[in-house]
Amino acid sequence: MEGNIFQYEFVIKGLLGALFASITAGLAGTYIVSKRMVFLSGGITHASFGGIGIGYFAGINPVAGAAVFGVLSALGIEYLSVRQKIREDSAIGILWALGMAVGIIFIYLTPGYAPNLISYLFGSILTVTYGDIIALGIMSLVLILWFTVFYRMILYISFDEQYARTFTHHVNFFRYVTTSLIALAIVLNIRMAGVVLVLSLLTIPPNIAMLFTKRYPLIVVWSMIAAFAGTSAGYVISYYAGIPVGATIIFTLVVIWLGAKLVSRKPMKFSENNDKKLLTNNN
Amino acid sequence: MPEPLLELISVSVSYGEYRALDDAGLIVSENDFIGVIGPNGGGKTTLLKAILGLVPYSGKMVFNPELQGGKRIGYLPQISTGDHSFPLTVADVILSGLMMHKGRIPVMTAADRIKAAGVIEELGIKELSDSPLSELSGGQLQRVFLGRAVIGDPRLLLLDEPGNFVDSNFENDFYEKLRILNRRMAILMVSHDIGTISSHVRSFACVNRKLHYHPSSEITNEQLLGYGCPIQLITHGEVPHTVLKIH
Repeated sequence: MEGNIFQYEFVIKGLLGALFASITAGLAGTYIVSKRMVFLSGGITHASFGGIGIGYFAGINPVAGAAVFGVLSALGIEYLSVRQKIREDSAIGILWALGMAVGIIFIYLTPGYAPNLISYLFGSILTVTYGDIIALGIMSLVLILWFTVFYRMILYISFDEQYARTFTHHVNFFRYVTTSLIALAIVLNIRMAGVVLVLSLLTIPPNIAMLFTKRYPLIVVWSMIAAFAGTSAGYVISYYAGIPVGATIIFTLVVIWLGAKLVSRKPMKFSENNDKKLLTNNN
Repeated sequence: MPEPLLELISVSVSYGEYRALDDAGLIVSENDFIGVIGPNGGGKTTLLKAILGLVPYSGKMVFNPELQGGKRIGYLPQISTGDHSFPLTVADVILSGLMMHKGRIPVMTAADRIKAAGVIEELGIKELSDSPLSELSGGQLQRVFLGRAVIGDPRLLLLDEPGNFVDSNFENDFYEKLRILNRRMAILMVSHDIGTISSHVRSFACVNRKLHYHPSSEITNEQLLGYGCPIQLITHGEVPHTVLKIH
């Protein structure tokens, strides 16, 4: 009886968690990979750990603390890079370490033992609550709506911001909103994959998809499929092998990526290289 | 005399303390083909950006109603802008030239796609329509960006150094395309290579913070010096139409 209930919960949480994580990872991941914002996203992720620490210390939901930290640091980095007042990669590096330092200090100051610390660093499906999954579900819906309704706007601003300014006055607005949503998506996925590993959940699937297509909407869809395959397979493997789920998911995704690289390489290598040569000769 | 398309009256642009464009006046009429020349950092690109409303300016700019407050201005920025490995197809990039005609929630219709296909065909890159940008050569990219600039049927076309990335076997073809486009739109073309463009433009605007209009495609070193535009005239022996006087 007990085993059945546990298994039911395991399946529901795992399936829904993997589904919503894949939707958010596909949308947010394709955006950050295409825009070369992977390092920036790493900064946001680790900065949000400061919010987790303060959340523990203040006795509020650590995810809420992480969300506030993540969004604020995302907006801060975007603001600095729009104003071009500081070298962006340096700013990210500072924020990255600062967030981790603040998080560790406040967890240390929190009286008693912080039992879930490891789960925030490396992810744990066992500590994921239905509340977390509902939050991730709402996040999926918001991201789908945002990227569908403003698809052209987001795409063209990401591609060529200077040209975009000739047709809209809202370039900065779209940058800020999209980056904030990405930060929220990252923070909510921390529960699944952990601070250290969540970035790979976003970056590996689009890189798998890009081996087969260069069309933005197709990259999003294939990223979601690759992410779902990786997370659900990793989840099952981690359960039966008794190893941490976040690490297993990332490892599974890397194996899929390597396999895809081998598959995509064979038939395309010859013709693609020849085309490239022809093009460079024309120059 | 027909009303001018665009009139700049004493337009100045400053970046902080630095005055990039000072008291510039210019009249652009229908079917004009004006070469904008001048030294690097002299304010050529700034002039285009002021017309596009990308930089704040003082002074006055009078837009002919035909320009629909700037919506009917096509723009080809320097090729260095934009991320050429971004996962976009040629057709998608050209469609982005229609964005200024869209509302708050921009959606591309079937009619827009047909229009893009027409532009792609006109530019002679039909086979590249679904290719990702990352697979194009410099000359092909330049054609795609020209397509983006003209798909919205502009009455005024602003080109920023279009010659920079044009490979030699595409160059004549490119200027021939401009000549055909010039029948339905005025062109303002920034270039540092007077030798090449003098056989294509009909007049010059020399920009070195100040703007001097020169109503002929023939220009001499003395005139350039007189305009405060210290640039070298380079004659191209290979180019058949060069009409430069050298003294």
